[in-house]
Amino acid sequence: MSTAVNQAMVEKYKGNFLKEVTENVEEGNWVKMCMQCGVCSGSCPLGPHWDHPPQEIFMMIRANKREEVLSSTSMWMCTSCYNCIARCPRGLPITHIMHGLAHYSKRIGLKPKNQPTEKFGQMFWDNLTKKGRVNELKLGLGLYFKDGFAEGVKVAMSKQKLGMNMMKAKRMSPMEMLGGHGVSDLAGFHAMLKKAEELEAARVGENTDKK
Amino acid sequence: MAKEYSYYPGCSSQKGASSSNLEKSVETLCEELDIKLNPIPDWNCCGASIGYAGGGELPRMTLSARNIALSEKHHPDQDIVATCAACWLNTREVNERLLHNPKLKEETNIALQAVKLEFSGKKKVRHMVEVLIEDVGYDALAAKVKKPLEGLKIAGYVGCQTNRPFGIDGESFENPMYLDKMVETLGGEALTKYEKKVACCSGALMFSEPEKGQALVKDIIESAYDNGANMIVTPCPLCQANVEIYQDDINARYKTNFNMPVMYYSQLMDVAFGRNAKDAALDGNIIQSMELRKIADK
Repeated sequence: MSTAVNQAMVEKYKGNFLKEVTENVEEGNWVKMCMQCGVCSGSCPLGPHWDHPPQEIFMMIRANKREEVLSSTSMWMCTSCYNCIARCPRGLPITHIMHGLAHYSKRIGLKPKNQPTEKFGQMFWDNLTKKGRVNELKLGLGLYFKDGFAEGVKVAMSKQKLGMNMMKAKRMSPMEMLGGHGVSDLAGFHAMLKKAEELEAARVGENTDKK
Repeated sequence: MAKEYSYYPGCSSQKGASSSNLEKSVETLCEELDIKLNPIPDWNCCGASIGYAGGGELPRMTLSARNIALSEKHHPDQDIVATCAACWLNTREVNERLLHNPKLKEETNIALQAVKLEFSGKKKVRHMVEVLIEDVGYDALAAKVKKPLEGLKIAGYVGCQTNRPFGIDGESFENPMYLDKMVETLGGEALTKYEKKVACCSGALMFSEPEKGQALVKDIIESAYDNGANMIVTPCPLCQANVEIYQDDINARYKTNFNMPVMYYSQLMDVAFGRNAKDAALDGNIIQSMELRKIADK
């Protein structure tokens, strides 16, 4: 599905990536407001680790660097600290735009390969939507084993002391392996999310239909 | 009569979860201050800060909208209160974004029909700290102090999401003072020159990018030592966990010798109000503050 949507988007917005972002990315209509002051890039706690800090991403969007932006690991460096939002003189919701670009890159199949935060973020979403509440134990173990079984055993061994500390402090429970916490109206919860996902997919579909 | 609130506890506060000590210490605090927190029936996860990878805008909005709608239905006259920074931020943000965007609100309400609920957005979504400052007040908090935290030098680590983008009313983003004021109210010494007060602990990226995350936390702890702190205090569960539990890893990586306790404001209040170590959930901390325990055991 993702490549088909990608192809449809390329055709629809030929040469106008800014318009594509404006119409399809969460809070993307704000991108045109950026005045390139760079306060966001200078305020980011992981700023040095971005291939293209937010200010640059905004200019690249205007310059039609579609693949470079959407396949970049940059947006996945966002820690959601909201420093950029608090300081942006133009009031851009930069945190949300970065989240939106990251999500959109997944939706159309251009996300970077083997990006750890992308993987962990998806695991987190799958974990919380399964029962309506996060199962921290399964999430943690899943994280250890995200790069395969052998690597997982190695990581789990190295984290043994941390796990024991947390269990001693009663802040981690082996009981979470068996069921664990969740919402009671699970059927309703799943139906609600399914509906929301359908409505959202229809919105993107709508944009690819009308040429 | 007790002040009542519609309470959103959040995933990490559940029994056996990573901030169950925050939950316990807030429970004690509420007993002391005659506050009744009524949990929102059948609440769900807010999506935290990393939910965007798998969840698009509308599904994520729907998560918090369900909680708000449940609160509107079951606790119509009570403000929503959260203790977790991310829970508070997401719930408040969704409340405001849906009110500002009629199309998003309409679509959210279509999805909510699946659980026979409706979001109206008439409620205030508040942080527990706001309840303490605005509804209880510093003077009333001071009047409760039985065992002042004398001699304790405390670095107030506010972090990110309790401070931005909303923050506590009347406080600045760059240098909020409420945590320092709370410490002083309890008789401790607030280290107002602590440089890392509003720095980021790396949030959820501590799990996916541990090296980058630990580099940030190293600076947060180092600055506390530089300022002569006995402990760090924070209102945020993820800040607490990130700054406390990786100190062994950081020591191994950077050849440091950190052993800095990281407490919740609610634990300090419980102890200052005369409650014992168990009620203040001090056993829930991996690095103990012997000084604080001594006051609790007095």
